[in-house]
Amino acid sequence: MHKESLIQAKGLTKLYGDFAAVKGIDFSVHKGESFGFLGPNGAGKSTTMRIIAATLTRTSGEISILGKDPAERGPEIRAHLGVVPQQDNLDQALTVTDNLYIYGRYFGLSRKFIRAKIEELLDFAQLVEKRDVKVETLSGGMKRRLTIARALISEPEILMLDEPTTGLDPQARHILWDRLFRLKEQGVTLLITTHYMDEAEQLCDRLMVMDKGSIMAEDSPSGLIKKYSTKEVLEVRFGSDKNAEVSPQLSTLCERMEVLPDRILMYADDAELLLEEIRKKGLHPVTSLVRRSSLEDVFLRLTGRSLVE
Amino acid sequence: MRQGSLAVVDTERAIKLGTLFVVEARLRTMLHWIFSLLTGSLLNPFFYLASLGIGVGTFINSRAGSGGVDGVKYIVFLAPALLASVAIQDFMGEVTFPVLQGFKWEKLFFAMNATPLSGRQIALGTYFSAMLRTVGSVLIYFAVLVGFKAVHPAQAWPMMLTSLFAAACFAAIMLAAAAATENDDLFLNLMGRLLIMPLFLFSGTFYPLTSMPIPLQAIGWISPLWHATEIGRWVSYGHSIPGTMIAIHFIYLTVLLVVGLLWAFNRFEYRLSK
Ligand SMILES: Nc1ncnc2c1ncn2[C@@H]1O[C@H](COP(=O)(O)OP(=O)(O)OP(=O)(O)O)[C@@H](O)[C@H]1O
Ligand SMILES: [Mg+2]
Repeated sequence: MHKESLIQAKGLTKLYGDFAAVKGIDFSVHKGESFGFLGPNGAGKSTTMRIIAATLTRTSGEISILGKDPAERGPEIRAHLGVVPQQDNLDQALTVTDNLYIYGRYFGLSRKFIRAKIEELLDFAQLVEKRDVKVETLSGGMKRRLTIARALISEPEILMLDEPTTGLDPQARHILWDRLFRLKEQGVTLLITTHYMDEAEQLCDRLMVMDKGSIMAEDSPSGLIKKYSTKEVLEVRFGSDKNAEVSPQLSTLCERMEVLPDRILMYADDAELLLEEIRKKGLHPVTSLVRRSSLEDVFLRLTGRSLVE
Repeated sequence: MRQGSLAVVDTERAIKLGTLFVVEARLRTMLHWIFSLLTGSLLNPFFYLASLGIGVGTFINSRAGSGGVDGVKYIVFLAPALLASVAIQDFMGEVTFPVLQGFKWEKLFFAMNATPLSGRQIALGTYFSAMLRTVGSVLIYFAVLVGFKAVHPAQAWPMMLTSLFAAACFAAIMLAAAAATENDDLFLNLMGRLLIMPLFLFSGTFYPLTSMPIPLQAIGWISPLWHATEIGRWVSYGHSIPGTMIAIHFIYLTVLLVVGLLWAFNRFEYRLSK
């Protein structure tokens, strides 16, 4: 299958003073895919997103978006993007519909088009009852949904979401995931940053794991797990002071092991079997849990740190 | 829901008309406080003219004999200064608060800049919408001046244009300054205490600038309000000034305009892209 790439970056670098927030990263995003940036606080996700959004100026390196250089043709690029920034920046003094209306006008859309679109978007964001309410009176999650709706007013070809579900309750999160799926089905290219593993697994075809301004790995969620972890994980607890004590005995039993303050993670393709072997050795964990490997394990492997701290 | 088509946005049109869209949005926002804007525009001249024009005027006119000040009744002398000052203050308010809000408080400009709008268009749109609002205030103020017989409408109407022009020139500088400031508290404090009050009081507003000692006159020389007032008095009742001075007033104000706008474009683009 021929993949048309919409975004291409090579050696992309951003310095703030002499601090490097993004350190020469390469990536490309194909048309219609859903591409995720996964990483802890300060990894450089938002910085990268703002460069792609053709607002923040890069320090060096190459990047082209829809075949154009953002440093030269920012407005043309932005005409085809929908941007959801990490922090909501709605006009607090205006109503929900006025916020959508004004934003649509900035894209030069006709009043008639915008009016019809607003109805769709209010429905999409479940804000129909709040349509004439001032934004300052909305709850945090409602504002988030409005920001996402606002980004869709121009039917963007690329939708960029910087931590879209932060502040949403679980139900609203799942509804949003579902809506994003549907957008993707219609051919919208999605760029998402997140530090939620489940979100990355659910939403992204391809993930770039970032830490401290660099790319640690890049693949599909399942590809990453296959490459950097085992099929299953056994989590055992011996009590906080005993964990370190027994760990030397355990380490010979499995491919890889992570000793965390409260538990030990043991990586194996068959975790049940591993647990039996541990018991055979006369060791009896207080609790044990067998689960499938997740992106959390990948992250731990790549950075030596846990993503959620 | 249809999404992801390149057909919806007419890129060329969006880029060409960006400034207009910003003006439209700003005016829409202002409409929400239209009532307080209007009452402010009406009450402000009313109080000033009643207290200063009539109150102080009666006192001064009786002291100075039939000559009044500068050869005219005090209220006539005062009117051009008041008109210029209200134009300057309203214009300035509309280019400073929205800019602080846009860059700092609500970061609205960053939202706007995520659309095809450029920094320059956001700056110009803010500026022109402030101008439209000031046109409104100047019209109302002028009508009240006419009501108080402080101006002859047939002769003095160009004073509305000169006041607006002076305000537009000074506002260009303030637009840039507001965009340049990182410290909004300090900015507002300086603006309120060091700029608005002294300019209002030391610009030959209430008495001819020449009746002050030279060092204090210097405040007037740099003050756009003084230049605007001089031109206004010349237009309104034929206050006599040499032709070269008239040229200097216009040149000074024009320099503010050009420098201000170029500086503002630069600051807007910089703030939005860093
Ligand atoms: N305007 C700025 N000036 C100076 N440093 C900045 C600026 N913006 C970001 N940084 C720094 O750049 C680094 C990357 O920041 P960025 O916001 O891209 O991280 P992030 O991956 O989005 O993190 P988070 O998950 O917390 O949102 C951080 O160390 C941050 O302190
Ligand atoms: Mg971020």
